Amino acid sequence: MAFLRVEGLARRFGATAAVDGVSLDIARGEVLALLGPSGSGKTTTLRLLAGFETPDAGRVIVDGLDVTRAPPVTRRFGMVFQHYALFPHLDVRGNVGFGLESLGVTGAELERRVAAALELVDLGGFERRRIAQLSGGQQQRVALARALAPEPRVLLLDEPLSNLDPALRERTRRELHDLIRRIGITTVLVTHEQEEAFDLGDRVAVLRAGRLEQVGTPDELYGAPANPFVAAFVGRASTIEGVVVGVMDGGTRVRVEGVEWGVPSDAGVQRGLTVGQRLRVLLRPEAVWMARPEPGTLAAVVEARRFAGATSLFVVRTDRGATLEVSGPSRQIAVGERVGLVPSRRAGGGIHLFPAEA
Amino acid sequence: MSGRTGPRGQLLAWALLLALGWLVVYPLGLVLLEAVHSDGGWTTAYVRQFMRRPNEWQALWGSLWISLASVGLAGLVGIPLAVLVTRYDFPGRRLLAAVIALPAVLPPLVGVIAFLFLYGESGFIARAVQALFRLDEAPWRLEGAGAILLVHAYSMYVYFYLFTRAALLSLDGSMLEAAASLGAGRWRTIRRVVFPALRPALAGGALLTFMTALASFSAPYVFGGGFRVMTTQIVSTRLNGETALAMVETVSLAVLALMALVLFRGAERDLGGSKGTPPAPTRLAQSWLRRGVTFLSWGLGVVLLLPHLTLLIVSFVPVGTWTTEAVPPAWTFGNYATLVRDPVRFRPLLNSLWLATAATVAAVAISLLAGALVVRRRVKGRGLLEGLLALPWAVPGTVFAIALATAFSVHAPWTGRIILIGTVWILPLAYLVRNLPLTSRATLAGFRALDPSLDEAAASLGAGRWRALWAVSVPLLRPSLVAGATLAFVTALGDFVTSIVLYTYDTRPISLEILGSLRQADVGVAAAYGVVLMAVSALVFALGADRGGSSVG
Repeated sequence: MAFLRVEGLARRFGATAAVDGVSLDIARGEVLALLGPSGSGKTTTLRLLAGFETPDAGRVIVDGLDVTRAPPVTRRFGMVFQHYALFPHLDVRGNVGFGLESLGVTGAELERRVAAALELVDLGGFERRRIAQLSGGQQQRVALARALAPEPRVLLLDEPLSNLDPALRERTRRELHDLIRRIGITTVLVTHEQEEAFDLGDRVAVLRAGRLEQVGTPDELYGAPANPFVAAFVGRASTIEGVVVGVMDGGTRVRVEGVEWGVPSDAGVQRGLTVGQRLRVLLRPEAVWMARPEPGTLAAVVEARRFAGATSLFVVRTDRGATLEVSGPSRQIAVGERVGLVPSRRAGGGIHLFPAEA
Repeated sequence: MSGRTGPRGQLLAWALLLALGWLVVYPLGLVLLEAVHSDGGWTTAYVRQFMRRPNEWQALWGSLWISLASVGLAGLVGIPLAVLVTRYDFPGRRLLAAVIALPAVLPPLVGVIAFLFLYGESGFIARAVQALFRLDEAPWRLEGAGAILLVHAYSMYVYFYLFTRAALLSLDGSMLEAAASLGAGRWRTIRRVVFPALRPALAGGALLTFMTALASFSAPYVFGGGFRVMTTQIVSTRLNGETALAMVETVSLAVLALMALVLFRGAERDLGGSKGTPPAPTRLAQSWLRRGVTFLSWGLGVVLLLPHLTLLIVSFVPVGTWTTEAVPPAWTFGNYATLVRDPVRFRPLLNSLWLATAATVAAVAISLLAGALVVRRRVKGRGLLEGLLALPWAVPGTVFAIALATAFSVHAPWTGRIILIGTVWILPLAYLVRNLPLTSRATLAGFRALDPSLDEAAASLGAGRWRALWAVSVPLLRPSLVAGATLAFVTALGDFVTSIVLYTYDTRPISLEILGSLRQADVGVAAAYGVVLMAVSALVFALGADRGGSSVG
């Protein structure tokens, strides 16, 4: 039974549909990441959940109760804003206690719960600090403590790490990950960074132009993307044209630039591919290997290498002009070398077949 | 490059400090001195005389409570208007926002005579009421504290309006959302989040209103009747020849102003905080509410425009033809023709224009130099320099006029005193000093907002300091320079307070000619002068907004 349920949510701004029929089921204690490029409607979706926007259609249901029309004041959703929106005239205690005061908590109980919330984010003893005296990372944690202090039913995070510098971002992400799981709070977070979404989210919802493209665990999204957009947006992938030459239960045979590859998955059957159909073949960098340029391999020239330790990312160009990214051992392959590409032996991974667009 | 300065820059800074000390501090010091010093040596006689007279206390108390009441009234009008125009959406909202700022183009004395024509005992409104109820005499007299407050509320609510509007527009919308998501209702959000965010702006508006009301001279001078305030008291005491007593009065007014400044300053401090997009204006949903608000706003717009219209109408009426009719029986361009044809009448127009221009150009030049020295070169004594530039703002105009009149009426070059009173130079000098706070505040803020690496880039490309200033900083500072210059020019053009103390026949400005025309019952000509002042002010504001707005991409 879903704790937070979103049904056919839609919101237009003038002529553009910012959110266009989004439905989601989020279990109690689950962390869902909304992932998408800018303008995909992820922040609007979050604001619809918080009640700052009213949907044109659809419903938001929490714990069996319809809150679609409920004002934000009554929803008891905690939110961390992108720029934190801390009240600059109040100190840390004033900010963190703000939501508790709304609930009528006063006196020693208020102090105790403010201290507890600050303890959660490792800012014990910071009560009297002014907001302007805090570093960016501390402000982020105060914003989190402020949202958590009234013990909300759902926690909403709008690009929670985007205002931190890269070194701090990594550490804060770990802390945030551990904290929301320790509390066990149902969480929806918005991000445009895939790594962030994969690390923080139990499941990830990929949005494009207001529509939900796919929802799934990081493994599902990466291993079985529903369409070329998801495949390209989630992880690295290059595209090459191909044709189906055989469909069977264990996999699909595909011809790419005159070379036949067996793709060992039942994706071809599931997608209803037929022999002779034109394809967009999406290749993860680890899906093909670079071998000697022998007959039966896909001939290509190495154009560039992006060094990344023991394995590097190579940019290769096939004889018919397709540019692919392939990972391989850094030491053995040089720029300018001719190679032959073959599918890697790892079964099923990294080659995704989609019908070519008409 | 910034952070250090060569000996030449420092020398320039000392010279500027010396000049400002001579023009700003020295005259004020002399006033203080003459209040407690006479030919026979130190004396407390004048101070004791001041303390003994109930009139003096009445005037001081009058100044104080009129100023406080002006703050209250101006806030009562200005704040709701700002909220209305910023937070709610209704037909004609933008146009109304422009109309609301219009009292700013009425120089103080012009506003006062417009009120006289409109609400005075023989003004339109009074006459209309008299005709409507068939009264034998005028239904009211526009006199005393009530009249002063009416004029003040009308001309000073703009400060509250502009400050509050700016603060509302820079409010971070997500702060309101944060409050809502933390369970705060409408009133708690206003009390705990919106009000604290507006507080610096409200304090700024209150301070500006208080200082302006305290220094206000035109309204009490024309409408005061038996009601005493300190500004007019000083001028009349001086006319009575009690110079030393006038000095004590001047000191008392200056002290009152400084006390207010210190008290308000604390509240004006900006808290900074998150920058975000302002909340969007709420569209008024119910149609009756929408219609009601629209109707009321437009009614208000007309009331705010009435003084301007009155002035315009009166300026087209031949002298003495309009007595009891509802609309003028005759129209003429004669009043304007008089201004242009009669050399005696034309002179004040030229005077005001060149005086204001000269004072403004000089003030901008000094501010630019000071900005470069204080912000970029970080010379020694920069805090003092900035303080001296701002000081004339804290001192009521009457006080300054008296101070300058005192300092420059004696020929004693070895003590830095020369006779300027009665010469052409005293008035532009006075305008210049009064303009400095306006131009320097804008220029220094502009310099501070400018990225210093632009200067450094110019230097790395081989530009010397002055070329960097001229070719890089000045073009980028243009919006600030224009904003400061516009305000300074309009203030100087309509000045009455300092002029009435310092003018000579050859430099008499428009404001004094308006007063003169009024005394000779030459109402049409007075109105025509007023319209010219109003039009030039509006034109300069419009040009300033146009030229200053977009300088670079």
